[in-house]
Amino acid sequence: MADMTVNLCGLRLDNPVIPASGTFGYGAEFAELYDINILGTFSFKGTTKQARFGNPTPRIAECSAGMLNSVGLQNPGIDEVCGKILPAMKKYFEKPVMANIGGFSIEEYVYCCEKISQAENVGLVELNISCPNVHGGGMSFGTSPESAARVTEAVRKVCKKPLIVKLSPNVTDIAAIAKACEDAGADGISLINTLLGMRIDIKKRRPVLANKKGGFSGDAVFPAALRMVYEVYEAVKIPVVGMGGVSGVDGVIEMMMAGAAAVEIGSANLVDPFICKKIIEALPGRMEELGIARLADIVGAAH
Amino acid sequence: MRQALFTVAENERIADGIYQMTLAGDTSAFSAPGQFVNVKLDGFYLRRPISVCDYDGNTLTLIYKVVGGGTGAMSKLARGASLDLLTGLGNGFDLSKSGDTPLIVGGGVGVPPLYRLCRDLSAQGKKPTVILGFNSEKDLFFLDEFKRIAHGVRVATADGSFGEKGFVTDVMRTVSDYSYFYACGPIPMLKAVCRTAETDGQVSLEERMGCGFGACMGCAVETAEGAKRVCKDGPVFTKEALKWQI
Repeated sequence: MADMTVNLCGLRLDNPVIPASGTFGYGAEFAELYDINILGTFSFKGTTKQARFGNPTPRIAECSAGMLNSVGLQNPGIDEVCGKILPAMKKYFEKPVMANIGGFSIEEYVYCCEKISQAENVGLVELNISCPNVHGGGMSFGTSPESAARVTEAVRKVCKKPLIVKLSPNVTDIAAIAKACEDAGADGISLINTLLGMRIDIKKRRPVLANKKGGFSGDAVFPAALRMVYEVYEAVKIPVVGMGGVSGVDGVIEMMMAGAAAVEIGSANLVDPFICKKIIEALPGRMEELGIARLADIVGAAH
Repeated sequence: MRQALFTVAENERIADGIYQMTLAGDTSAFSAPGQFVNVKLDGFYLRRPISVCDYDGNTLTLIYKVVGGGTGAMSKLARGASLDLLTGLGNGFDLSKSGDTPLIVGGGVGVPPLYRLCRDLSAQGKKPTVILGFNSEKDLFFLDEFKRIAHGVRVATADGSFGEKGFVTDVMRTVSDYSYFYACGPIPMLKAVCRTAETDGQVSLEERMGCGFGACMGCAVETAEGAKRVCKDGPVFTKEALKWQI
């Protein structure tokens, strides 16, 4: 019997499959399609202190084997998430969920992480210091080891649940930033957020996205994401959550061999809403074919 | 929402760059006119959202405009081709508000979802008047189909090559006794229709979408009740809810 369980920052997950923030809403749309309790957990849409509309539309574009988004952290704000959405989530998701938190200042990150980490059904906090779609916050914290460490340290002091810091790939040395977060108290690292990209409408001679630039994701980014997961695994001792372009069972296994203790599935959810279910169902058979008895054993196997 | 495989039964050009596709498959997820499907096409990462023109127990009619590579590939699909669709997406039109003499206003590729709406209103004994707007006669489609199910149909073309010269709103001003309105078309047209309308009404919006079922927040619109997702909370919104009504 294939053992798919993994341990993520002390939390036992039935399997390593985690829908990524921003591609799974709060899970409700998917819960109408299948029982999402089969997931390891999921990371819900990034929450900020205030409600945000996000960026102007159009904020979706396409490219070969991938897409771009410039949503800009649209969310109803921390009070609505803690007061209404999280309690309602218990009706269709019984496991501890991963709360993704965005922000524009250390004070805001601290406020939101302290508050959301006290929610009963939040099992993990994912600190998004890597959103490419907001100015004056987000990614700017994630682009230097010093600022990443500052926000991690401040949040760690108040966060009541394991703290996973989500890193941007739009940096020269992601391993150094991961190490700085570990030294500042992070319990885990997740990567990669989207790569900054753009498309131009050649008839209009203007960028496709109203915000001009956006986050590039999807199958096309997989090799870049895998390389960074591989590098970060070597740099830190804390668990690494790999993501970026994973859209099938082999991608999950590859990410784990690169060093991921668990794997987030992002854009693929938008194209095939059943993709996480399909991956979870395909895992035991693929493990058997590859001679893997215990999935946790292959973490970092490629090193 | 459902995910289902459909088989192309017909796929033919009915106007300049406009195609009508009939598909066979499971249509059980549809509950209202104005809903849409999200179409997976080989070689394209994201699905293509297409409004539903009509459906019955096991057939679906889509009318779409070729605007880029994805819809271009769709136009080349032959009879027998298999298509992966997400069906029953969006809220659709609310028929309960129509009154006895609703006005239906469509522009260009916004016309198709209004066909089923008109059919259902007529079936309820209502007397819908339809105004269809196109740039030119070569863009015109479905006039005869609407004539069979509507109380009356009027056509406006921007260049005057067919029907009345001008915009749908020019024709709207000459219709006085309508009870409610429904509209679908380009955003500038919808704004003009909302300004011109003498009654409350509903409009169906178009926006670039990521998923089409409410997960990614890619398509959003500001409303009186805050930010809404065009794909999941819409695509149909009341005139009153949209902030650009005035």
